[in-house]
Amino acid sequence: MLRSRTVPRRGWSLEFVMWVFTRVSGAVMLIAGLLAMAGALWLGARTQMDLATLMRWTFFPNPNHVINSNIPDVNLGWVGAFWQVLQTLIIFFGVTHGFNGLRVVIEDYVSSIAIQRVLRALLLVLWIAVMAIAFYIVFTS
Amino acid sequence: MSATSRSVGLQGLRYRGGTTMWSWALHRVSGVGMIVFVAMHVVSAFLLQNLGSDVGKLYNTVFESWIFQSFIYFCVIFHVLNGTRVIILDTWPKLLEYQREATWMQWLIFVPVYGLTLLVLVQRALSGG
Repeated sequence: MLRSRTVPRRGWSLEFVMWVFTRVSGAVMLIAGLLAMAGALWLGARTQMDLATLMRWTFFPNPNHVINSNIPDVNLGWVGAFWQVLQTLIIFFGVTHGFNGLRVVIEDYVSSIAIQRVLRALLLVLWIAVMAIAFYIVFTS
Repeated sequence: MSATSRSVGLQGLRYRGGTTMWSWALHRVSGVGMIVFVAMHVVSAFLLQNLGSDVGKLYNTVFESWIFQSFIYFCVIFHVLNGTRVIILDTWPKLLEYQREATWMQWLIFVPVYGLTLLVLVQRALSGG
């Protein structure tokens, strides 16, 4: 059944915080991608890998993404704390941005408050699980 | 007759939001496409890297196919360009006056960038790469 929406209260609400977060995290991911791509080119990507590998590294600077290229030794420059921090940032901002977006889309089409709450709890669990698995991969690869 | 019992039919699809309505719809579709891919890719990478599982390999075969790549690159490039437009227009609301022009400019960037991506993907698929 169609139901009119309640007007959200003014000030710091979840919707407002996430509205700001979505824009900030979008910009952060764009900058992180440019940084990863620039770093790869500086490390020698132009002669050592094809375009597809460079793009995989741009989206996520993980050593597993360049393992099949012509890099003589991945341990020289392509592994390390700098890339791990960048990967952690991309995971946190990307996964949170994505799951919040999924929440907004779902809550636009599900009008029952009870089902909304159940789905919100499910998304919260998935959000934490995906982030935990991704952090584990980052620090074991 | 109440508003909710009115039969709308196909007329409902003719909401005249114009180019920005299509951007809004595509932004949702591409966003959902990406988060589903990222979540599955994280799980498959874990299976492959830490358990050496065949399921992880199967996932990667799908992710590496040119059809899937064409879809996910569409999602990424469109979502990034449209998101950048939204960020710029939200930060400087005065520019909302030119939102139609901004949307056209966004497509003007999208077409060559995605076109080149498709060209590379199809070329590799044809050469069996």
